[in-house]
Amino acid sequence: MNGTGPGAGRRWRRAITLVPFLAAVFLLLLYPLGLMITAAFRGAKGWSLAPALQVISSRVFASALGHTLRIALTATILCLLLGFVLALLLNLAPFRGAASLGRLVDAYLSFPSFLIALSLTFLYGNAGLMTALLAPLLDGSRQSASFLYGFWGVVLAEVTFYTPFVLRPLLAGFQSLDPALLEMASGLGEGPIGVVRRVVVPALLPSLLAGGGLCLLLTLNEFGIMLVMGAKNVITLPMLIYGDAVQQFNYAGASIIAVCDAGLSLAVFALYRLGITRLGAWLAS
Amino acid sequence: MRDADPDTSLTASIALDTVTVRYRGAVALDRVSLSVAPGEVKVLLGPSGSGKSTILRAIAGFVPPTSGRIMLAGRDVTALPPHARGLGMVVQNYALFPHLTVAANVGFGLNARRLPKPEIAERVAACLDLVGMAGFAGRYPRELSGGQQQRVAIARALAIRPPVLLLDEPLSALDAPLRAGLLDELRSLHARLPELAIVYVTHDQGEAIALGDRIVLMREGRIAACGTPRSLYETPEHRYAAEFFGQANLLPVRLEACHRDLAVVNFDGQHLTVRTASGSPAPRPLLCLRPHAIEIGATGPNRIAARITGVQWMGPVQRVQAVAGAHPLRIDLPAGQGAPAVGAMVTLGFDPGRACLVAEA
Repeated sequence: MNGTGPGAGRRWRRAITLVPFLAAVFLLLLYPLGLMITAAFRGAKGWSLAPALQVISSRVFASALGHTLRIALTATILCLLLGFVLALLLNLAPFRGAASLGRLVDAYLSFPSFLIALSLTFLYGNAGLMTALLAPLLDGSRQSASFLYGFWGVVLAEVTFYTPFVLRPLLAGFQSLDPALLEMASGLGEGPIGVVRRVVVPALLPSLLAGGGLCLLLTLNEFGIMLVMGAKNVITLPMLIYGDAVQQFNYAGASIIAVCDAGLSLAVFALYRLGITRLGAWLAS
Repeated sequence: MRDADPDTSLTASIALDTVTVRYRGAVALDRVSLSVAPGEVKVLLGPSGSGKSTILRAIAGFVPPTSGRIMLAGRDVTALPPHARGLGMVVQNYALFPHLTVAANVGFGLNARRLPKPEIAERVAACLDLVGMAGFAGRYPRELSGGQQQRVAIARALAIRPPVLLLDEPLSALDAPLRAGLLDELRSLHARLPELAIVYVTHDQGEAIALGDRIVLMREGRIAACGTPRSLYETPEHRYAAEFFGQANLLPVRLEACHRDLAVVNFDGQHLTVRTASGSPAPRPLLCLRPHAIEIGATGPNRIAARITGVQWMGPVQRVQAVAGAHPLRIDLPAGQGAPAVGAMVTLGFDPGRACLVAEA
């Protein structure tokens, strides 16, 4: 092999065509990430972990991390439950308009998340319709009825917005589920709940994992809903980054939190990939 | 037309009483009545869309009848959901649970009944042994061939000890040699479970003849004919039964005389004698001649002049095509017998006892 044949020429041409792509990845992704990591760990006295440890050990960070995880996990679990029930209804108890509803779910996925938050404020905000209706049932105060600005308000908004992200893979999973399996299970003596537990759930496990993983990743980094709702008592990591960077001009602090947030997302993504790979290997074995 | 022995509905394993099923206004089953006795193998035979699978699905509870009743062992189960009926069913694509092992598939119905684990293990082992799959308990369905999957599906259906086994075209996804082997196994399985009633749906008349005690021939949601395989083959009632069940030659004839069990008919000016099964035939019936019942170069009283138009070797038989008047005929000759030349004029004949008269409709 002298490296000058037609094969070597092809390899060079292929390498050259990759250059624009690699340049774009570097400029748009690696370079800003590098700047962020530099800002996080390089102070006036050079590279150091001390500022990062100081931020991570602060009560504000711990509180934001706790809120982020609690909101993301709660919203994901509720999305999975609601999405699964809706998928069951759409497929096992089809009703007039079910197909239109499926198409509406597809359209819904294109909405921006803050739109949902904004619309919920018209219902549950201080001057919202539901708040006005619920206030007499509580202690008469509109403020107390406005739960939107607390933990459950944020979760409600995220569940409202992200359930279709779970529903879509579940509906696709149902498409590949052989109806004869459900009939066989029923014919063998299993009741409706048993059929769901012993046949539907195992068959939809990849869809549940895909929808749940996506939902968890998105809710961990949800910013639009939090910003529009302005839930002051449940500051999450993205809100903390925004506050540090935009309101307090503390770019170093914001970068440290952003690196942690990115690490959290990557860890969740790695877990998701591991789960999918294990499941795929088991299904293929 | 009603199936025979409707009076046995109280003792029958299954009885359908004027069951009608409509799908969005379209009639899939039209006032069908039939019964299956304990130990009987009843085959539902017919083309696609004739309603045979709908009968099976109605018995299993997957399709609610629009009207009529379904009885299981004398009990009205029309309104019962499938899981409360306790019937075993096997379908064309096996429908084994892909996430469960063979043993877990077979034990599925037993787990649903909350039986003790040792009893489940014992019954699963016995059922797998019954279908010759004892060594495959730990495998997953994807690790099995089509024939093995079908055996597991049968074991799963039998594990719950159903009074009736419903088989919906169970062999149609298999290749011919495997199908023949499994058909033999089904027969020997039934011999070992003599009380088990079987309802077997197929569009293959070979399977119907091989397995059925009685065959129900379906057409457009109704029972077109019913009887033993031999009676349906030898004395079909009408054109549909004669054509669907055994490729009959049907010649339009005019009835000239009928005396006791013999009728004289006229075909193209030739007088032919035919044995009649019962009753008096219609004035313009069809003469039903099976391909193997026709002789070439006949010297007997029944003679039909014909011209040979083709000869095809088909292994055990030679299929000879001929034309009598304007009517095409198929004749099957043993492979060793010399076939006439194409274009030759021949005299065809038949034994009066091997032909019959059938109605047009």
